[in-house]
Amino acid sequence: MYKILRYSFYDLIRSKWCYIYFGFYFILSSSLLFLNNSLAKSIITLMNVIVVLTPLIGSIFGAMYYYSSKEFVELLLAQPIKRNTVFLGQYIGLSLSLSVSLLLGLSIPFIVYGMLISPEITNFISVIIIGVLLTFIFTAISYYIALSNDDNIKGIGIAILFWLFMAVIYDGIFLICLLTLKEYPLENFSLFSILINPIDLSRILIILKLDISALLGYTGAVFQGFFGRKMGILIIGSVLMLWTIIPIIMINIKSKRKDF
Amino acid sequence: MKSLLTTIICLFSINIIYSSVIIVCNKCDISDISIAIDKAKNHDTIIIKKGTYYEFDIEINKPIKIIGENSIIDVEFNGGGFNIKSDSVYLSNLKINNIKRSYTKDIAGIVAYKSDHFVIENIEFNNPFFAIFLQKSRNGIIRNNIIKGVNNDVLNSGNGIHLWDSKNIEIENNKIINMRDGIYLEFVSAASINNNISEKNLRYGLHFMFSNENKYSNNIFINNAAGVAVMFSKNIIIHSNRFENNWGSSSYGLLLKEIYDAKIQNNYFYQNTIGIAVEGSNRINYNHNIFKQNGWATKISGGCYENIFTDNDYLNNTFDLSYKGRENDNVFSGNYWSNYVGYDLNHDGIGDVAFMPIKLFSYIVNSVPEAITLHRSLFVELINFSEKVAPIFTPKYIMDKEPKIKPINYVINY
Repeated sequence: MYKILRYSFYDLIRSKWCYIYFGFYFILSSSLLFLNNSLAKSIITLMNVIVVLTPLIGSIFGAMYYYSSKEFVELLLAQPIKRNTVFLGQYIGLSLSLSVSLLLGLSIPFIVYGMLISPEITNFISVIIIGVLLTFIFTAISYYIALSNDDNIKGIGIAILFWLFMAVIYDGIFLICLLTLKEYPLENFSLFSILINPIDLSRILIILKLDISALLGYTGAVFQGFFGRKMGILIIGSVLMLWTIIPIIMINIKSKRKDF
Repeated sequence: MKSLLTTIICLFSINIIYSSVIIVCNKCDISDISIAIDKAKNHDTIIIKKGTYYEFDIEINKPIKIIGENSIIDVEFNGGGFNIKSDSVYLSNLKINNIKRSYTKDIAGIVAYKSDHFVIENIEFNNPFFAIFLQKSRNGIIRNNIIKGVNNDVLNSGNGIHLWDSKNIEIENNKIINMRDGIYLEFVSAASINNNISEKNLRYGLHFMFSNENKYSNNIFINNAAGVAVMFSKNIIIHSNRFENNWGSSSYGLLLKEIYDAKIQNNYFYQNTIGIAVEGSNRINYNHNIFKQNGWATKISGGCYENIFTDNDYLNNTFDLSYKGRENDNVFSGNYWSNYVGYDLNHDGIGDVAFMPIKLFSYIVNSVPEAITLHRSLFVELINFSEKVAPIFTPKYIMDKEPKIKPINYVINY
């Protein structure tokens, strides 16, 4: 698995898409720092962007990479190698290379700006962790979608749709539910709905860091207990981990059964 | 207030001429404060030497001056500390510890009943039930006191400085920590409350009702469970105070209920769940206040008329304004809103496009509080944007037609 991982990692890290991705984050974070003139504010804006963008890019790349390397995979499968090592190696190589571009693109401008000696470093690290986790989650999901659909247009379409659903439509449905059911106690319901959407979860983490006064203020005791600072971050972290592990298991099962 | 001071100074200068001094210490002839008070004549001075005195319910029934040397009076939960029943009493430099709890009586470190021209200063209260309790008293000064409670529930705790039916009282430079209400005023008029710090109280930092013509300035209210509540009062001035970190579902930086003809100026509201909550209050001027990083900067419920909001800074609040009611008789003009994205072509410092401070999302959160969990989500940004372009739900009549381009006020850092 390590060899395949290394191969796809180096393959991707040399591809132009990775450079474009890296360049985008590099320009984004340096321009944010330049315009805001403050680390704290830049991190806030960055969080907003990352929560939406990394899942999108993960989704597109995951599906695209699977389809473009399909022939290579088929060739590999003819060799005496376990199936899950091939697919897992590819998936991890892909997510790692995306995460590396994200990490470098974001941290170089921030480090140059003097992030290492500022108190904002914990916030910045949590941005990076969230970004990396979201990349891993959405790459895995789109990789799984691509694995289940042989038609590449359909596969990429579904992957993007899935992103759209999680990033926008889900919140819309959630809001409509809240508005129609407003006569009932909704605390547990809204907690649950947030827990099952990784993008919402990451967003809540931002609110925990930034707008805590509003969040803790208007939502009763259940929320206060749940999102009390450290506990909330811990729970969010573990749920995001679950969100990465489950799609990987699904990739595993799918790859074992798939007929090439 | 000047006339008050001169009267007090005159009183004390007369004291100096005619009065004698009684010294109380643990090894002196007089080792009891209450015996010393019994022996003293009017306008005498009692000096309490350093040491610990185990006494309680000490009655002061004549005009007298009691000065300690940071002497400790340990009540040992037997009752209250001093009970002032006379005019012209001066108390200073004492430590009064461990006041008895009671569910039927209001027992305090210092109680003054129908007293006139008193001064209570430099007194430290440790673990009091109530600390200073005034009833029907006039023309007094309470300053430089430290009140430290060790309370952890509202039922078993009393207020720091409690005034009932009093007039012309000055409350200055006191520090009140961990009581029920920091400063509580009921039926108090012409009081001035300056430079106090009230923090970590279990209920309100400052709480007053039916108290007209009072002035509150330069006070700091931090981390109080319910912030500051001001009710049923007229002609008050609240200026240059700081309201910070008052968090909770019913916590306010400043709650105004049935307040008429007030001025609220130069205050600083930072990280409160609600900066100012206003209910049924009319003719209030809000000028030069700073609202920074609050959940709701201002929340206006029904029945508020002729309020004027000008020259305030709204900086990075989750919601700048929430408004209930169909009509608007209040003026929002010339404020700085950090959420404003308009332009200023003629460079006069005033934005060319009006700013509408109420977002659709704040309207939704008002009806379903749980929706706050969707704050900052892409979907909410989308509906906010579409509402901004074509307002349907949010009231069109609430807008700042002359929003400022740059922040107006400077944040004073202590």
